[in-house]
Amino acid sequence: MTAYTATVTVRLKHGVLDPEAETTARALERLDFELEELRSADQFEIDLEAASAEEAGERADEMAERLLANPTIHDYDVEVDER
Amino acid sequence: MTVSIIRFGGSNCDRDAERALEHLGIDAEIVWHEDGLPEDTTGIVLPGGFSYGDYLRAGAMAARAPIMEEVREAAREGVPVLGVCNGAQVGCESSLTEGAFTTNESARFQCEPVYVRVERDDTPWTRAYDEGDVLEIPIAHAEGRYEVDDDRLAELEDEDRILFRYCDEDGETTPEANPNGSKHDVAGLVGDRDTVAVLMPHPERVTLPDVGETDGQGVLRGFAYATE
Repeated sequence: MTAYTATVTVRLKHGVLDPEAETTARALERLDFELEELRSADQFEIDLEAASAEEAGERADEMAERLLANPTIHDYDVEVDER
Repeated sequence: MTVSIIRFGGSNCDRDAERALEHLGIDAEIVWHEDGLPEDTTGIVLPGGFSYGDYLRAGAMAARAPIMEEVREAAREGVPVLGVCNGAQVGCESSLTEGAFTTNESARFQCEPVYVRVERDDTPWTRAYDEGDVLEIPIAHAEGRYEVDDDRLAELEDEDRILFRYCDEDGETTPEANPNGSKHDVAGLVGDRDTVAVLMPHPERVTLPDVGETDGQGVLRGFAYATE
């Protein structure tokens, strides 16, 4: 078994309104930063032991499917690194 | 008949629902989610509140509590299920109903009376009303914006699943009358069966005459109608 960290990033699907991101973007503009658009995302770092990076990725994928993301509004991706 | 009001950690409209149902002569009891669904359950309320502190997403944790498998099973057997506010979020997160209730367009918590229009009068929850009736019911939420992809929303509308829409005092849907940016002004909808419904406004808060208006009584009477 090898120690991995699976990083799951969950973001709103393209086209789904993100009021918190819009508010954050406006706040940055009030601080005189120039930007076109701001998107927010949730990131989960999951430490786990698995036989392979592939297996670690599959388990993290299932975690995203069943809880971390809501498929109605979210897309997600999974990255796996050895710890 | 006994309606089970499921209390999760952080539910806070469970007692309101119990008092409102009892006022209408509908037997109800609060059930702690870890105790499972009582066998004599003839109806289920998923109450409002902030289950699990709205961690991850509003309703996400409660939707995955073991009791929800029993709730889905009961719903499939025709037991009436009503999700209110956080209960509506739990209902969508647990696939009892489609779509999601997510962050208000204002990105703020909003607590205010709103008007909703009855879109169907042939469900238990709306039998007390006529189609087109306008009800005044309060909302109290930060995540009540109904979201689902456009194609699926069109199908849900074709299937006549929309139960309530936000509207103005005259029953017109307008951007100003939509408090949270919900797609197509959706305030509540039914699931695969008409006996399963969720809505963001709080009918239990407009049921007791001592507290004021009583527009919400008909929604809760759905438990009596559904088991007639």
